[in-house]
Amino acid sequence: MGEIIKVGMADLKVTKYPNSLTTLGLGSCVGICLYDKKTKNIGMAHIMLPSSKQIRNNQNKYKFADTALVLMIEEMKKKGTIPRNLVAKIAGGAKMFNFNSMSESMNVGQRNSEAVRELLKLLKIKLIADDCGGNFGRTIVFDSENGGLQIKTIGHGIETI
Amino acid sequence: MSDSIEFLNGIVLDVLKEIGNIGAGNAATSLAKMLNKKIDMDVPQVKLLEFKDVPSLIGGEENLIIGIYFNLEGDLTGSFMFLLDKESALGLLNMIMPMEFTEFDEMCNSALKEIGNILSGAYISSLASLTNLEISISVPFISYDMAGAILSVPAIQFGMVSDNVLIVENNFFEDNKFDSIKGYFLLVPDLDSYDTLLKSLGV
Repeated sequence: MGEIIKVGMADLKVTKYPNSLTTLGLGSCVGICLYDKKTKNIGMAHIMLPSSKQIRNNQNKYKFADTALVLMIEEMKKKGTIPRNLVAKIAGGAKMFNFNSMSESMNVGQRNSEAVRELLKLLKIKLIADDCGGNFGRTIVFDSENGGLQIKTIGHGIETI
Repeated sequence: MSDSIEFLNGIVLDVLKEIGNIGAGNAATSLAKMLNKKIDMDVPQVKLLEFKDVPSLIGGEENLIIGIYFNLEGDLTGSFMFLLDKESALGLLNMIMPMEFTEFDEMCNSALKEIGNILSGAYISSLASLTNLEISISVPFISYDMAGAILSVPAIQFGMVSDNVLIVENNFFEDNKFDSIKGYFLLVPDLDSYDTLLKSLGV
């Protein structure tokens, strides 16, 4: 068994077999996981917002889906990954509070997951598993052995996608 | 005009701390009135923290907590949260209702929402009277989940402005009892409201 490396909020990590990556208590943020089965390189980003554009406080590139995803692919390339071998799994994007107003900022979870799906399509990375939405938090563990993504919740069970 | 609260200097931070102090004091007074019991409190700890360090203050990202969320409305917009860990929430419920609670049901949720409403209302009204601003809070929204997941909501809203948050840690005690109720208030004004807030305080 390798090491389990923690990915914090607005953070990203790239590693390879036999290590795994985890992020704890994902809410409206989205965990983007990339897997390269040829090299068994894995990457995980914990993004908070859909886009770095039109935001003044955008120094932290790991905070946004657009900039984090590009950086993660660059990091994986350095470890020998060819981008066309990558597949993606995503989780998170929950709506933690049952706001009745549908104002934009209130539904940032959904905006996050939609932005990530669009970006993956744009970068031609196949999304093979998607566990987003709901009103609950998720802890995720990404295994480099087979690219399995384990999702733990409170009151909604444990599953691997 | 400041772009973010990273620019907060010592004086501004002291003013915000003092607001936290007074707000928490008023909240404790309302709790005492509601319960008709003597409620003591420690001097509140007011901290300016990075969002990523907030979950560890409340027992780690996966720790189960209760989050009660309000929108701020009026001259100051943004959000306000009251956070409790499970033990403190059960302790608070047991103070209010003469039965032993061990798990949360619908009744507990509405009782906690109401307590959160009273405490947060007291906090915000002292902020309003100190600043001479019209500020009100929305109806409460509650969530019982992992600390990291609950905190992602204000962290994202605030992520557009800054990575730091003003957090007030408050310990309430019922007279002659050792078990304290530990609650946290999070004040998360929108970017424009920061300027409004600081201007109204003359800093």
